[in-house]
Amino acid sequence: MFRYTKRTLVLEIFTILVALVLLTPFWILIVTSLKSGQDILTTPAFAPPKSPTLDNFKTLLSPSGTASDQIVSGLKSSAIITAGSIIGLVVFGSVTAYGLVRGKSRWTTRSYFLFLIAIILPTQLGVLPLYVEARKLGLVGSEIGMIIIYTGVLLPLSVFLYAGFFRTLPPEYEEAARIDGASPVQTFVRVVFPLMAPATGTVSILAGLIVWNDFFTPLIFLNGTDKQTLPVVMYNFVGALVSQWNLIFAIVLISMVPILAFYVIAQKKFIQGFSGGIKT
Amino acid sequence: MSATTPVEPSQHARHDVEAQPRRGRHQDRAARTPRHIGLGWWALPGVAVVLALVYLPTVMGGFYAFTDWKGIGGWHWVGLENFRKIFQDEELLGSLRNTVLLAVGFVVLTNVFGLLLALALNRGLKTRYLLRTLVFMPVVLAPIAVSYVWSFMFAFDGPLNQALAWAHLDGLQRDWLADPTLAKLCVLTVMVWQNIGFVMVIYLAGLASVPVDLEEAAALDGAGKFNRLVHVILPSIRPAVGIATTLMLIQGLRVFDQIMALTGGGPSGATQTLATEIYQQTIVFGKFGFGAALALLLSVLILVASGLQQAATRDRDRPAKGA
Repeated sequence: MFRYTKRTLVLEIFTILVALVLLTPFWILIVTSLKSGQDILTTPAFAPPKSPTLDNFKTLLSPSGTASDQIVSGLKSSAIITAGSIIGLVVFGSVTAYGLVRGKSRWTTRSYFLFLIAIILPTQLGVLPLYVEARKLGLVGSEIGMIIIYTGVLLPLSVFLYAGFFRTLPPEYEEAARIDGASPVQTFVRVVFPLMAPATGTVSILAGLIVWNDFFTPLIFLNGTDKQTLPVVMYNFVGALVSQWNLIFAIVLISMVPILAFYVIAQKKFIQGFSGGIKT
Repeated sequence: MSATTPVEPSQHARHDVEAQPRRGRHQDRAARTPRHIGLGWWALPGVAVVLALVYLPTVMGGFYAFTDWKGIGGWHWVGLENFRKIFQDEELLGSLRNTVLLAVGFVVLTNVFGLLLALALNRGLKTRYLLRTLVFMPVVLAPIAVSYVWSFMFAFDGPLNQALAWAHLDGLQRDWLADPTLAKLCVLTVMVWQNIGFVMVIYLAGLASVPVDLEEAAALDGAGKFNRLVHVILPSIRPAVGIATTLMLIQGLRVFDQIMALTGGGPSGATQTLATEIYQQTIVFGKFGFGAALALLLSVLILVASGLQQAATRDRDRPAKGA
């Protein structure tokens, strides 16, 4: 029934065209970031640059320029906060989910629902008191403060994903480890956690993307400090760069490159992570 | 905070209840040993963290919605005063309208295009894996970065107007982001463009579970493409429809980044949403109590909408087997 017919070919060509139209913004992004200020005015937006140049990137990243400090520190803050949040979410998420799934008492079942509800609970309402309390504790404008906040707010998602995986893990592995004399902690660290590598991958990718791309939280907690993450640096930059699109696009591209590099390497894992809500 | 929450809790909640008896058998053997019961305590730190960083602030936010709190110092209980002000303010009512309209448009368009692409790329096409990867690519990028690319697309001397001139459609050229109505459509376009791939992936996962035999049987019985879609495919991917629409609805109601990058809420407040108003009232103007009232309004909107959504797409015949 699913033979490759002429109609399939037509559909294939049509779908490729649709995909090309969808990808146009990426083409514009790349060609514009390679144009000089002069080129922008003289060449059509869709055309490649007459004389491709990396000047925009040099202007932004050269150590003598004023911009590079902000961009480099933005990259650094984003990297530290993302890595720290991933570690927090993997450690807390796996241990919590393990306790909830393997602990058999009434309160573990109830606590699991606590995490489920927290996933749909809108964050806008809680973020304001969180900001004021964090300010009192001196956690506003610091990387560790952001890591704590992300770990707390994204923990329900992490617990939910880990719990789904733990349920499919047959208890025989743990029983075998116990018979061999391993303590519960040893069993978890040496046997259970390594078996959960796919869950750890999914949690890391999803949490990493959410934290790296987040704009709202760092805008509130970090704006105006020297720990601004890349999206906030970009926001302030574009405000100052009024319509210098070649420079704006160079910084936009710089912010995208780390994620796109990961995506190219592990695109299957990325896509599985996002569709993971259906396949359990 | 998370714009992308790829989960659908209640499906799993039901799944969980279903799984209870099965787990019960292990329980008989293992749970009575003290060591197994002890594992429940491992969850305690996590529970404490969620109570402290999610539930406590949310309850506090709900409380402050009824005060004139400024973020610092004391506060007075003002009852429903904040809400009375919201419903008398033209711009705030406009932002409420925008939020709902954007969310509805977002849900409909992402799901229509996402489903069509999923059907096209499900099987058959030789380039399907490459095309899936490319269509999904925008999903992994920061909405704010994506929005800046699009704000150039919509600029007066930008690619969109240039393309119109090239096609001899000069009459259609506009200053897209300066017109109140068009600016809203621009915001919607960017939101939809970035999330088509996300919805497509959810539907592809759903379609993978539709048995080929079922479709072939329907085709043999003489069902055309459209009939097969409506009577065979859609009923089998019902869980995916529920997940995709709920996630997009929640995301649509919270739209923030795209507006900050594309219009800043302008022209003259025409593209404000509840999320951008909350930011302005609290962080910019320091009216935390009032902002909390707006946040409570948005939260209720999200909870009610996702509740209705769940009720509408729940599979009534079978208890969530595909989940």
